Amino acid sequence: MSAAQWRRAMNSSAAAGAAAARRPTDLHAVAPATHGTPSPTGSGLWPWLRNALRAVRVRHVVVLACLLVYPFVASPFFTFQIGAQSLALGLIALSLTFLGGYGGMVSLAQMTVAGFAAYMLAIFGTSSNTGISLGWPWWLALVVAIALATVFAAAIGWLSVRTEGIYTIMITLAVGVAFFYLAQQNYTVFNGFQGFSRIAPPTLFGHDLHEPMPFYFIVLACALAGYWFVKYLIHAPFGVALQGIRDNPRRMQALGFDVTAHRVAAYAVTGFIAAVGGVLLVWYNGRISPGTVGTGAMINILIIAVLGGMKHPIGAFIGAIVFVLLQNFAIDLVDRERFNLVIGGVFLAIVLFSPDGLLGLWQFLRTRLAGRITNRGPGRIHQRQRRSET
Amino acid sequence: MNRRRWVPWLVFGLPVLVFSVWAIADNASLYFKTLLNGLTLASLYFLVASGFTLVFGLMRNVNLAHGSLYLIGAYVGWMVGERTGSWVLAVIAGFLAAAILGLLMQVLIFRHMQGQDLRQTLVTIGLSIVLADLALWAWGAEIYTFDPPSWIYGSTTLPLVNKFPTYRIFVFIASIVIGVGLWLLLARTRVGMMIRAGVDDRGMLAASGVNVQRVFALTFAIGAGLAGLAGVVGGTALSVSPGEDTRYLLASLVVVIVGGMGSVVGAAIGALLIGLAEQFGLAYAPTYSVVFTFVIMVVALAFKPRGLMGKRIV
Repeated sequence: MSAAQWRRAMNSSAAAGAAAARRPTDLHAVAPATHGTPSPTGSGLWPWLRNALRAVRVRHVVVLACLLVYPFVASPFFTFQIGAQSLALGLIALSLTFLGGYGGMVSLAQMTVAGFAAYMLAIFGTSSNTGISLGWPWWLALVVAIALATVFAAAIGWLSVRTEGIYTIMITLAVGVAFFYLAQQNYTVFNGFQGFSRIAPPTLFGHDLHEPMPFYFIVLACALAGYWFVKYLIHAPFGVALQGIRDNPRRMQALGFDVTAHRVAAYAVTGFIAAVGGVLLVWYNGRISPGTVGTGAMINILIIAVLGGMKHPIGAFIGAIVFVLLQNFAIDLVDRERFNLVIGGVFLAIVLFSPDGLLGLWQFLRTRLAGRITNRGPGRIHQRQRRSET
Repeated sequence: MNRRRWVPWLVFGLPVLVFSVWAIADNASLYFKTLLNGLTLASLYFLVASGFTLVFGLMRNVNLAHGSLYLIGAYVGWMVGERTGSWVLAVIAGFLAAAILGLLMQVLIFRHMQGQDLRQTLVTIGLSIVLADLALWAWGAEIYTFDPPSWIYGSTTLPLVNKFPTYRIFVFIASIVIGVGLWLLLARTRVGMMIRAGVDDRGMLAASGVNVQRVFALTFAIGAGLAGLAGVVGGTALSVSPGEDTRYLLASLVVVIVGGMGSVVGAAIGALLIGLAEQFGLAYAPTYSVVFTFVIMVVALAFKPRGLMGKRIV
């Protein structure tokens, strides 16, 4: 059946009985038929949409509604400083969650990739330093920055997949710190210690993105897109193969999968997500300097991902919210100087007592309250790995 | 086979040789001074990285708090040195403080999460944040310097280089002595035999009736102690301030990645390469000295993913 015929058939069935089509039985009848066609690209928008919406639960709708209403009830400080910053940091942490939780490669260089994108944006776009910035239009600079950052991430990936396991964390840390020192010492391209300032977000559809509310919505849109993208990837053939490689690379190799290519591709994909987060973060801060990509910042991303829990993409955002709240309000509890002690202590407590982060804690409480022990989900694989590694 | 062996030597050795000839002809004094400085730095890196590699080789524990142990050792050593006025006591105190801290970390925390590589590493990251902040709290952001005793103070006249600080020569000799001592400990003693056996196969060592936990604790204490000792020695050569922990952590990471994880000889080779590259970079191309370090790491990883002396880990 040709693509045009399919589309017509779909349209007519949708027009004939929209109410009937919404019944779940009908949905199951349609779904295998769509997969069975030789040309699935032409299956039309409607079944695709229904397929996509099938996973939507009440809690998703509630969270989305809260996120949409939030800027209208919160003060500009909460919208911008807490909301937008959490979502932007969460997006960078999300890339680490996918790479670490589903690819089994815990990279500390995600912030480096994000910072690289931010630097590229400053160099190709406009900033206060007119001697270095090329002053390209913002959309061109944006595309070039994200593309270069993706290539950069793939290069880091190519380097670090040469060894595996716990070595990854060492190599990516070394790469990240090396980039930090390079940015700090180089004045011709990275403008050394000063970095770049006055990197203004553009005006989009008549809204100045510098205002808290438009900026919040653009960050929210990116965060949601990133979240759905990762959720989609996990179930896509690529994501499934990646999880197989995480659990048993030799077996996947024997099955004919190119392990190295999948891993490097995972670095590139997560590099893209981190680059988007980095661009949002530099628009948020308005400037970029070596401190943004320093060891502390790199480790903060890891803290966010681990704090929330690396077994589900939502963990990155939960971790980011907790982190940003602590960053802003820990000052009220302890001395301003002692923030690192608080965040380090919280991180240690989480790692020591709940290795799966706040999500793991929530899971634990829920099973405790329900009075039964469930041992399902991706956690099982990690446990089996631990047992075998003695 | 034979041909393949000398190709890398030619590819990397020839540019170095050409550079050396040019540099000696251009300014011999600068070249040899840089060489000696590089050796001093390499000695320091070796002291820090040997402990790191020892701990990693035996316990598969990537101790990212190793830089913090360096810093804490240096601070405690400084306090003792200030009280007693003795530099030797300061070195001993630095070693003991870091060793005790490392011992506590192993016995209280890492012992209970054996075999969970990633979790152990995350814990060391948390510890490094907390320790760095506690050190900042206790000792502030000032820069501390040590006074070496008079017998290694001042400068010595050497051929080719006019005058060179005696202390730096002392650091170089001391690190060779410690390196040889470490080698003797590993190669000639019963404890060393146990450690080596543990590096190769932990399970088998435990099965043959050795108290593995005690070997682990001892190794961790020695590794941490070496970092503390390096803290005082390095603090005397340069200075002690917050942020040094990251610097030496990066140095040990790169040294160990280049040299091969778990190998003390590899740490020596890696330290030599990185120390020399950093000093020559600083002297001849100041803006890009970090890049040299990085290029060495990339090249090493590209040709020998497990490091120059690394072996396949079971």
